[in-house]
Formats: sequence, C-alpha cells, structure tokens
Amino acid sequence: MNLLDFARGAAMKWSLAVFVFGIFWRLTGILLLHRTHDYSVPRAHGALLGALRTIIARSWPRREFRARTAYGLAVSYAFHIGLAIVVFGFVPHILLIRSLTGLGWNGLPDGVIYFCAVVTLIALIMALIRRVTHPVLKLLSNFDDYFSWVVTAAPVVTGLLTVAHYGARYETLLALHILSFEVLLVWFPFGKLMHGLLLPVARGQTGAFYARRGVNP
Amino acid sequence: MSTDIDAVHPLDTSGARLSIKKPVQRFDRQGDLSDRERTEAAMRAFMHEFGAVTATYLESCIHCGMCAEACQYYVQTGDPRYTPVHKLEPFKQAYKREAGPFALFYRMFNLKPRVSADELQNWQELLYDSCTMCGRCTLICPMGIDIARLVGQARHGMFQAGLVPHELWAVAERAEREGSPLGATPAVFKDRIAWLSDEHGVEIPVDRDQADVLVSMSSIEIMKYPQAIVATAKVLNALNEKWTIRLDGYEATNFGMLSGNVQWQKDLSMKLINAAVKCGAKLLILPECGHAYGAMRWDGANVYGKPLPFEVLHISEYLARSIAGGRLRVKKAAASVTFHDPCQISRRGGATQAPRDVLAALGVELREMVPSRMGSWCCGGGGGVVTIHRADDLRYRVFEIKMKQVDDTGAEMLVMSCSNCRQTFDDGQAHFKWDKTAHSLLELVADNLVQ
Repeated sequence: MNLLDFARGAAMKWSLAVFVFGIFWRLTGILLLHRTHDYSVPRAHGALLGALRTIIARSWPRREFRARTAYGLAVSYAFHIGLAIVVFGFVPHILLIRSLTGLGWNGLPDGVIYFCAVVTLIALIMALIRRVTHPVLKLLSNFDDYFSWVVTAAPVVTGLLTVAHYGARYETLLALHILSFEVLLVWFPFGKLMHGLLLPVARGQTGAFYARRGVNP
Repeated sequence: MSTDIDAVHPLDTSGARLSIKKPVQRFDRQGDLSDRERTEAAMRAFMHEFGAVTATYLESCIHCGMCAEACQYYVQTGDPRYTPVHKLEPFKQAYKREAGPFALFYRMFNLKPRVSADELQNWQELLYDSCTMCGRCTLICPMGIDIARLVGQARHGMFQAGLVPHELWAVAERAEREGSPLGATPAVFKDRIAWLSDEHGVEIPVDRDQADVLVSMSSIEIMKYPQAIVATAKVLNALNEKWTIRLDGYEATNFGMLSGNVQWQKDLSMKLINAAVKCGAKLLILPECGHAYGAMRWDGANVYGKPLPFEVLHISEYLARSIAGGRLRVKKAAASVTFHDPCQISRRGGATQAPRDVLAALGVELREMVPSRMGSWCCGGGGGVVTIHRADDLRYRVFEIKMKQVDDTGAEMLVMSCSNCRQTFDDGQAHFKWDKTAHSLLELVADNLVQ
C-alpha cells in the first residue's frame, strides 16, 4: 500500500470516524449537562424566532462596532468564504463528496478556485500575523489557536502545491493534501474548529434570551 | 478581621456616591480559609454553574478578541487584560478541567492546571473592578456568547472563595444583616417617610395589610435621593392606586447578586416577594435602579422557584403604561433632553422604549446619544463597581466616554431611570467639575403632573 492508497483508504476512514465520534462526544458532553427552567414571565414570546434572528444577524456587527472591528472581520470573512469556495467549488472535491454522500453539484472553473485558494492563504497569513501582533489576540491565544491555524492552512498549501505539481511527485503531493485534510478532520472536534457547529447553538441561546426579555439586538 | 463589622466598615452617606468609607486597610480576602479551601469552595460554586447553556458559551470562544472592542475598559485604556472573555479565564479553566467533555484528558495529562487561589485573587480586579456586567460584549461577540452572564456566574465562585473586593463585600454583608446595603434600615426608612410626608404634604401609605400595588425603593434613593419617594407617592396617588410601602420588604437593590452570593441574593429577593404576597399585591413596582430590575423582573421567579403571583414592572414601564392608558397626564417639561439607558433595564432588560414614550408624553425634544438604546455605553458604576474605591481612577476614565456622549447631544437636560447610574453621574460630575447634572425620569414626571 503506497501513501496515496493509505490516505484515500484507511486514513480517510479513521479520520472520518474520529470526526463523527468526536463531534458526537463533544456535543453530547455539552448539551446533556443540566438545564434550569426559567420561571420569569417573558416580555414577548417567539424565542425560536429570536434565536434564528440572532443566528443570522450576528454575522455582521452592529453599526457602532463596525469601525473598530472592520479589519479583523474582513480578514476572517475572506478566508472563510475562500475556504468554502475551494472546498465546495473545486470539481475533485465535489467528486469526493459525491462518493461519500451521493450529493453532487457543478463545480467552478479551476482558475477561479486557484485564485480563491491564494486569497484564502493570504487572508490566513494576515489572520496569523494579527494574532501574533495584536495585544488582545496575543493574550488570548493558546495552542488550540495556532494548531487550528496550521491544520486549516495546511490543506490549502498542499492543495496549491498539488495542482501546481510543485515540490514532489503528484501522487505524493496529492497524498499529503488528503492527509492534511484528514488531520483537520481529526482535530475538528477537539479544538476551536468546532465553532462551525457551536455557532448556531451559542448564537441561538443568546437570541432566545434576548427575545424572552424583549431586547431587540 | 474585627468582629465589629460596622466599625470596620463605616458607611459614607454624605459623598457624591454612597459606599463604605475608603478603607485604611483593605480586606479583599474574607474569612480565614486556607488557599486550598478557597479554591475548593470556588470550584464547588463553579461546578454548580456548569450547565448546558454555560458550557455551550464556554466551548464556543474563538479567541477573536472582538469583545475587547465593545468594552469601555479596554477602549479607554488599551490594556488587553480588560478583554471581557479574558476576565473569565479561571472560570473557563475550571470548566475545561472539571466539567467539559474532555475534562478527563485535561486532568489526566494536566493540560489545564488546577485553578489556584492566587490566580483567583489576581482575577478579582478583572471580575469586579473592571466589569459592570453591562453586556456590550455580549452584543458584539460573533459567537453570541453572553459574557456578562458568565461574569455573574464566575462571581459566585469568587464569593465562596472569600475573594470579593472589600467594599462590595461589606455593603452586601450589611444588606444581608440589616436589609439594606447603605443603612436604610426599616427604622431609618420609616423616619424618612414620616419626614417626607410632612414636608411635602403627600400621603405615603406604609404597611397596609392589603394593597394592589407594592412599591419598592432603592436604598440609594432612600439615603441620597429621597425626592424619589415623594415622586413615586405623587404619581401613585394621582392614579388613585391602592398602594403601599411595607417595612418588611422594600429594598430593591440586591448586593447579594452583585457580590456573587446566591443565598444572599435569594434572601433579599424573598423579602420583597414575601411582602408582596402578604399584602396580596397584583403589581410590584421596582424603583429607578438597574440591577434591581434584573434581580426581580428576570431572576425573581427563579429565586422563588415558580412564577411570581404578581406582575413586576420598572417604574418607567409603569409610567409609560399609565400615560398610554390615559390615566396619567403630564405637561410639557424641558425643551431638549438626552436619555441615558441603564444597561440592566435596557440592553439586558428590554425596557428600552418605555422611558422614551414617557419623554414623548412630556413633549421634550429627545436628543439621542450616539450610540444609544442597545448599544449605549455604560456609566461605569454598575455591577457594584461604584462602591469600590480602588476602582475609582478606572471608573473615571470610562466615564469620560459618557460625558462626551452627553455633551455631543447639546441637550439641555440629562435624564435617566437608574439611581445607581445617577450617583455615578453625580460622582463623575463632582470629579470632573462637569456642568451636567443627572436627573430622574420619575421626578421629571412627578414635577409635571396634570392634576
């Protein structure tokens, strides 16, 4: 079994297993903790609507916060959108998703994908520079922040190297690309990457809290 | 610490803000617990807080640092320690190590060390002096984490560890012992009512057996702004309400909540609840006090363990309702007004429109601060911060934001509906020799009633 076979076979299987089991473990470990009933009379009903509203509306800051958060937010949006386009728009990725789930769609031209990948990488580097230079981010950052950055950036870097056939044999580069993605899958449930799944839960809680109190955030 | 608590912590009720006198020697560690006992006590309290909602928040932080940009302490100082989520570090650390889904691994490999008493002591300033729990950070967090709620929960552990700032502990202890944090005991309150009733020729019913409306007061009003008692009486009398004040339950402030003592919070809330139940009140009116609104309107029923058998309204909501229903008529007041939103009533409480409806009825030109309503800046005195002498310099720095906001409106009159904000403004006014004086919305209404 060569490296590519391993990456496509056992490694993919096990990383997906860890990904799914890890997410299940973490989510149940959080959501099955005790809850208290709120006996206060709500000012308004519609907690579900409030939750949905905050889940969507919190995607951009309120007017009074925009000036102070614009740079960080722009960088963050750039690599999130870039990653989404690359992951879900590149034809080979779509073929992989189809083989795993049966779902498929039309891809974007390769040139667009390459451009997005480069922008994504630049944005990721800008985010990292900001993290190591901004006094607040420096103080808050820990191993999780840096390791999550590495496992996010690695598939982008190896992906670009693979399509450029640069640095090693194509098969080796492809194997490294797949393996780097698998490292991301394995790490996902254990670190901050889980925010992708926790985001609607946390925002929803606060949205429901605001709705109950009649606060219009 | 001396057992003569009142001698060690004498009250200062003559200054621009009310607290205990500036301590010559600080006691920011209460009791004689060993360091180990302190951390164990904090951990027990923390563990109680680690439910699903709290856990979701603690798991969700992406360390983006955006909360700092909403925090008045960071914005004014640029000190990263004041980043709101950083103030929760020991609380988060305890959660990850003791209660999170991977707690076993954190403990087994010591990935998160045990929280130490020194660490908690170091965080005291961050959890108390530099956080009013105003909730602006909650408003900005892209993950929607309610950081203000988490700070309140972290304070529960701090109190059990005996690590509360000297002054806040002292006023909370006095509230538990005497029923009021600032010496507004039943005897003092009764005297004041008699004096105010005579002086202003207004009837103030006390200890009625049966009443539709129970009125509560803030000890800040009783001791510093007694005119609020008269104003309340004038309004309720004008409305022909069957109302009362009861000496067995009148104090609406809740320093149990602010200091982090859950039992004291309950004791203080239950006094009011029991008094309302005893007189068969259908409505409990809360005074112009921000945290009192949170403590009773939103936490009261949970302390009681079931829905409250009466309605709870902030006085501004009551005024707005009475005006809207045509029962209360007011005449035109000052020409232009700016309104300061008390955080716990507006951003955290949802009663944002009521004071504006009242001001509209008063026919004033409302000049909103920028930002106002949900995004309003805190006065800097909430969360018990105004009582803490060592926090004064920092508090004055953040108050500069508020002064600029008010000045920029060019309004003739500054109005608010929280006596704690008001005393923070009074103190800031005295410190900066500022030309703006804070006024009470309630008193503005009472002065402009159409009989």
